Amino acid sequence: MPASDRPRSNLRQKATQTAAATWEIAPDAKKGMRVPARIYATPQLLAEMDDGVFEQVTNVAMLPGIVDHAFCMPDGHWGYGFPIGGLAAMDPEHGVISPGGIGFDINCGMRLVRTNLTYADVRDRIHELVDALYKRVPAGVGARGFLKLSDEEFRQVALHGARWCVEHGYGWPEDLANTEEGGAIRGADPDKVSARALDRGRSQVGTLGSGNHYLEIQIVKPEDVYDQHAAQVLGLTTANQVVIMFHCGSRGFGHQIASDYVQTFASLMQKKFGIELPDRDLACAPFRSPEGQAYFAAMKCAINMSFANRQVILHRVREVFSDVLQRDARELGLEMVYDVCHNTAKLEEHEVGGRRRQLLVHRKGATRAFAAGMADVPARCHEIGQPVIIGGSMETGSYLLRGVASGKQAFFTTAHGSGRTMSRNAAKRQFRGKDLERDLARRGIYVRAVSYAGLAEEAGAAYKDIDAVVAATAAAGLSQPVARFTPIGNVKG
Amino acid sequence: MPFEILADAPTSDVGFSASGATLDECFRAAAEATTSVMVGDLASVRPQLRRETVIERDALDMLLVAFLDEIVFYKDAESLFLLPQSVKVSQFEGGWKVEAHWVGEPIDPQFHMLSGDVKAVTLHRLRVWESDNGWHATVVLDV
Repeated sequence: MPASDRPRSNLRQKATQTAAATWEIAPDAKKGMRVPARIYATPQLLAEMDDGVFEQVTNVAMLPGIVDHAFCMPDGHWGYGFPIGGLAAMDPEHGVISPGGIGFDINCGMRLVRTNLTYADVRDRIHELVDALYKRVPAGVGARGFLKLSDEEFRQVALHGARWCVEHGYGWPEDLANTEEGGAIRGADPDKVSARALDRGRSQVGTLGSGNHYLEIQIVKPEDVYDQHAAQVLGLTTANQVVIMFHCGSRGFGHQIASDYVQTFASLMQKKFGIELPDRDLACAPFRSPEGQAYFAAMKCAINMSFANRQVILHRVREVFSDVLQRDARELGLEMVYDVCHNTAKLEEHEVGGRRRQLLVHRKGATRAFAAGMADVPARCHEIGQPVIIGGSMETGSYLLRGVASGKQAFFTTAHGSGRTMSRNAAKRQFRGKDLERDLARRGIYVRAVSYAGLAEEAGAAYKDIDAVVAATAAAGLSQPVARFTPIGNVKG
Repeated sequence: MPFEILADAPTSDVGFSASGATLDECFRAAAEATTSVMVGDLASVRPQLRRETVIERDALDMLLVAFLDEIVFYKDAESLFLLPQSVKVSQFEGGWKVEAHWVGEPIDPQFHMLSGDVKAVTLHRLRVWESDNGWHATVVLDV
């Protein structure tokens, strides 16, 4: 690779602080920017961000139809096209839809489940529980789920998401009320999905995947509850209560849908739509074009498949806890706290310049965080705001937060995770999976991983400080922490 | 080594550069690099079954993406690890064509040392070029 191809950016110097944990790059910083770029970060998080983030967020500001700002969340890191942690709202009439603004893992997301158990109840059973989860929730390259779906059944999953699962016995009706979009987004059309994508995804419902995807057993220490009232409302009521959190997406199905449309848009963007952009990974199509609408409807199939994936995994989690502890899942109180997406584009209504308008909101490694009283916030959370789940690295812990009114400044969006600071390759050179496993065991975290190499890539030191990321979202007014979770058991792909 | 993992790919992705005296060899090296991201030891992938690929694209770099996408596709659709047995890249009026034979076997977590799961072949920094000493490509995989 010629050295000149490496991203180098003087844009970092052009970021000026405009409010707490808020930095802006004016549109005259780079030719072609239509709106300013805004990065949410503490000074230290900003200093740790790759140069690529500054280039990419200012590239996003060039997309046709972008409204207000191109945003990057405090966990932002260098992705392809958009930074991971990217947020961009487009005017649906004159703007574009870009698969790179959503990510290859469409509707990658987080699901949090509470229990009536405390640490004392599971301390001596943690190996049994994690081993059983490892067996029952397939993870890693090439893993297949227990559901054997026909073509027609898989199309129904793409249409109806988690609702299909609950109707077929894989979940409880109330799970849907506690899932973003009720677990099934409207407007999905499997006819807009290639046969390749259907073939890749059909056997993967109920699989975790690999990379940064995981399933964790965690506890809430009493000193880690920051908002007692919201915690109570969300079912976190006991000291050292056990919760289960998992992170996964639409697997090969979503990856293929994104690949198919990135390749189509890349070849049409200039030729057919006359759109010139500095990076082909920003490939896009006008939202109202037939191609743009086709991708939107196909992408929604992956959103639904991902909801179904997390729903079936929850079903397996309930089975495992029930089998190992010999008690009914209802009695164990294995109720959903919430399920959030962090790789989507959705039509939402927001106020811009004093006027309410419909916008196509791209969130790539960014979480919707609606405030109290807004539509689509589950009824029981109406006065506290939408629950937001932010997963940390397997070593450092994770957070439950809530959306707040001041989130309006970023179309009610917040961070999604801790964000990498070290490349996978560098982490693999620096850490050994087996050492990490031993080290985690000493600290009371029992890990089962399909791949030691994969485990090494996910070392905590390869990630930003999750506490700093959450503090930055609070300082900037994007979300407020409710509680922090400490891992005690982890299944990794 | 016909391929090399890049030290400076995006933080959540894996990039590589591949080279060969001919375009066929360069594509073959890129295919081996892609499979090597998923399985620790390429020699552990035994030639137990065959698959074939014929793809045409307008542009050479997009042909490479579609060619590598086959490995990613078979990994999920049929749970297979594949390696290129023969690769023939040719130019025709208005485009490029690749014909490939793959050999490989079903993924077995007990036998293969599993590594990363490639989600997609991205267009990020994608480049295929010819120099005095042969053909070269850079590719970034989303992992």
